[in-house]
Amino acid sequence: MLKIEARAQPSKHWAYFSPILAVVLTLITGAILFSSLGQNPVEALYIFFISPIEDWYGISELLVKCIPILLCAYGLSLCYRASVWNIGAEGQLLMGGLIGSAMALQFVHSDSIWAMPLTLLAGILGGAAWAGIAAFLKLKMNSNEILVTIMLNYIALNLLVWAVHGPLKDPQGFNFPESALFAQSTILPVLFEGTRLHLGLVFVLLALAIIWVFVSKTFIGFQIRVLGMDKAAAKMAGFSQNKLSALVLLVCGGLAGLAGASEVSGPIGQLVPSISPGYGYAAIIVAFLGRLHPLGITLAGLLMALIFMGGEMAQISLALPSAITGIFQGLILFYLLSSDVLIRYRIKIKLPPINSVKKRVYPTQTEAQ
Amino acid sequence: MKKALKVVGLALGLVASASSFAQEKLKVGFVYVSPTGEAGWTYNHDQARLSLEEAFPGVVKTTFVENVAEGADAERVITQLAKSGHELIFTTSFGYMNPTIKVAKRFPNVKFEHATGYKRADNVGTYFDRIYEARYLTGVVAGYMSKTDVVGYIGAFPIPEVVRGINAFALGVRSVKPNAKVKVVWVNTWFDPAKEREAANSLIDQKADVITFHTDSPAPVQAAQEAGIYAIGYHSDMSEYGEKAHLTAAVHNWKGFYKKRVEQVLAGTWKSEDVWQGFAGGMTELAPFSPAVPAEVVSKVEALKTKIIAGEFHPFSGPLKNQAGELILKSGEVMSDEALLGMNYYVEGVDGKLK
Repeated sequence: MLKIEARAQPSKHWAYFSPILAVVLTLITGAILFSSLGQNPVEALYIFFISPIEDWYGISELLVKCIPILLCAYGLSLCYRASVWNIGAEGQLLMGGLIGSAMALQFVHSDSIWAMPLTLLAGILGGAAWAGIAAFLKLKMNSNEILVTIMLNYIALNLLVWAVHGPLKDPQGFNFPESALFAQSTILPVLFEGTRLHLGLVFVLLALAIIWVFVSKTFIGFQIRVLGMDKAAAKMAGFSQNKLSALVLLVCGGLAGLAGASEVSGPIGQLVPSISPGYGYAAIIVAFLGRLHPLGITLAGLLMALIFMGGEMAQISLALPSAITGIFQGLILFYLLSSDVLIRYRIKIKLPPINSVKKRVYPTQTEAQ
Repeated sequence: MKKALKVVGLALGLVASASSFAQEKLKVGFVYVSPTGEAGWTYNHDQARLSLEEAFPGVVKTTFVENVAEGADAERVITQLAKSGHELIFTTSFGYMNPTIKVAKRFPNVKFEHATGYKRADNVGTYFDRIYEARYLTGVVAGYMSKTDVVGYIGAFPIPEVVRGINAFALGVRSVKPNAKVKVVWVNTWFDPAKEREAANSLIDQKADVITFHTDSPAPVQAAQEAGIYAIGYHSDMSEYGEKAHLTAAVHNWKGFYKKRVEQVLAGTWKSEDVWQGFAGGMTELAPFSPAVPAEVVSKVEALKTKIIAGEFHPFSGPLKNQAGELILKSGEVMSDEALLGMNYYVEGVDGKLK
């Protein structure tokens, strides 16, 4: 009989093993899934997980895809560590893209060296300001930041759609909802010839290093962690909950805004209605998959991007439907959350004692499963 | 001996070239903005893709990638198709325009066909159908069938393509019922069944008794069926989603065009073109009429269709007034293609403001 027992302390081993177990289980399920679809499972898994990154071009595309997700996820991890439940990275990214584009369009006929830095700065400020609204409402009106940030996402999306159909529309664009193409001076330089891998990668690496040091080595980072774990303790120690909550929201907004500005001035090169296929939402999953640790987030972000690209390869090479991408994302989340049970609980195999046959045993709730 | 060797060599060479010919399929790629599904814009393109496989058995191999977002992802998918040996690639959504142009620059030997856009290059052609012709005719049907004189229209984005459809439909409705109103709801998405259904319900609440839409899913037809009113399908025949509600549909037919372009690539005569054809070219069609449409209405519509094909009638003929009542097209004039392509105003009879 299997019995689930609470551990006295969360297992350190399983904190590391559970993601690996989840990946292994996902692969096994994936193999079963592929063979039931009439594919050779080894070949299908190869096409799904290896072929997208077989060559340097594929790796560069993986990184391009990761950039906005990771920038958002680093910021979100900071919020979640402080138990500030910011769901608004998507809206903050969109506002970054929108305000950044508004700035970029001032430089359409210019080769000023300020074009790009100002565009990025405008994006950061746009994202931070959008998060600032949530911070203000949380601190001054005691509003629930989950609801506020979700609703701000919709407002940001509609503002963007309005702008791209209105003031920021390309005057020479036959009334189609797109801005003019940005000038070369605004476009983020490509780091490696022949790829789309742009300066945004440097921002990701900087953000990774800064967030890591900030959380684990600075006093404010310590305060944030304490606040997240125990509000009362943070208050006792005299840490200002208001200041910390505002800080994490603004930093996250700034990073998401940078992500948005980097997308429009990077791979897209203009403002379009659909600058994000939900990067801000994917980043929430990535932040938790990565256990709110910058390094874990980086790995999780790479994995999410790989699943996404694998889905495209499966369509091109195996003629499988795109729903397969969603299935894999769902599988890995499901297994990860299930495997996490092992961190706090242990499974005990208990053989029923022989003399218990005579007794009538009523299964308890945990045993019933 | 030498001669024998030569013959064997020649034979081997022939066998090799013959087998390489048999393997040398033309790979044709398709990029779709939504899932292929069972009806709608993408479904219709996919039907034409399947017809290619049938029309060129063993010669053409097709590939599609569905649900590709119109942002940074599109360029990667198009590149991936070009890199993996696809020589002809159809990108079937407006948002793929700039990515298609960008990728085309890097793959000058690959041919691209972009639907609904306006940017072309030596290896990028554009195509679309004059669906406004069908919109006008379905408007005529709606005009006959409406009792409340209010018809509803769900729009995706206020771009010329959609606005043109709304105006053509309104002109058709008002050619029958001069006082009828066309109410418009924008959903700001091409494909979101829940939103489309919501929009349909809000139109029904505003007394619309015939609705149509410029989005991708058949959800509005289902909503109409439930509410007991009429609907006019779009993209493909959607009668199976609401047998009683579905009157007819404005339908694209890409089969002939795709076949022609593939033939041209195979023959080496493909050239970048801007293709915009309607009923006359077989690109635009009407779905079969439901029994609810009276026979006289059907024959009137068929007669109009014949006139359009013959070039005797154009849906956008003067005199034409905009919403404010200003004359935009004088009596006896026909709107130019340029004016049609840049349409950014409502004609008289459309309710609401164009944002």
